[in-house]
Amino acid sequence: MRTVQFTAKFEFLDEIREFVGEIARAGGFNDRDVYNIQLATDEAASNIIEHAYEEVSDGLLEISCGVKGSSIMIVLVDHGESFDPSDVPAPDLKADLSERKIGGLGIFLMRKLMDEVQYEAEPGKNRNTLTMTKRRG
Amino acid sequence: MEITVQEFKRCDMITVKGRVDSATAPQLAQALEAANEGGKYKLVIDMEGLEYMSSAGFRAMLAAQRNCRKYNRGEVVLASVPDRIREALELAGFTELFKTFDDTLTAVGHF
Repeated sequence: MRTVQFTAKFEFLDEIREFVGEIARAGGFNDRDVYNIQLATDEAASNIIEHAYEEVSDGLLEISCGVKGSSIMIVLVDHGESFDPSDVPAPDLKADLSERKIGGLGIFLMRKLMDEVQYEAEPGKNRNTLTMTKRRG
Repeated sequence: MEITVQEFKRCDMITVKGRVDSATAPQLAQALEAANEGGKYKLVIDMEGLEYMSSAGFRAMLAAQRNCRKYNRGEVVLASVPDRIREALELAGFTELFKTFDDTLTAVGHF
């Protein structure tokens, strides 16, 4: 696993996508999977920046990523407000334009694009961990 | 991300190149709002040069689609949507909210 720390700002999303994309490519994931891994990681990081660090301008976002066997694992750690993605209801994809909710879409995509998404909040340690895995092919 | 706007007789075309994420989506939202503020509600978004779009971009397009379709005054349609982006739009259920065209010529011709 390689670990990189980012300041929790949207301007670093490019670097965050590059970081996981490079590891996924080197791990033998095809272009389509690499794109989807980057998208899921972007959605996860964007949520942390937007919600966990809503009141914080220089929060820390630590991302670890590695390929083991045929699986890639991405772990995002933040020290902001706990925000459990499973508390967010899935958007109603059949809703028409006027009823379509604008939120919750990122989390929905994250879950769809990855095989597993786990969230663990440790309020005592002020530490939230989001772990995502995806198998190759 | 790079945005250019071209005016046609019956619609405007907004060409988006590069990557749209939470950092750059506000610029796309602004361009779409600016078109609406200028009384333009028939819009083509040309995605040929688009490399990446997260849900932040989808949300900007959804807000624009709502505003454009109001009073039946127009709509936002998509042209030349790259495969990866089309797949994500499909997953998000967005392909039912936007007409998509293979190229900009047919998209502009739709209006």
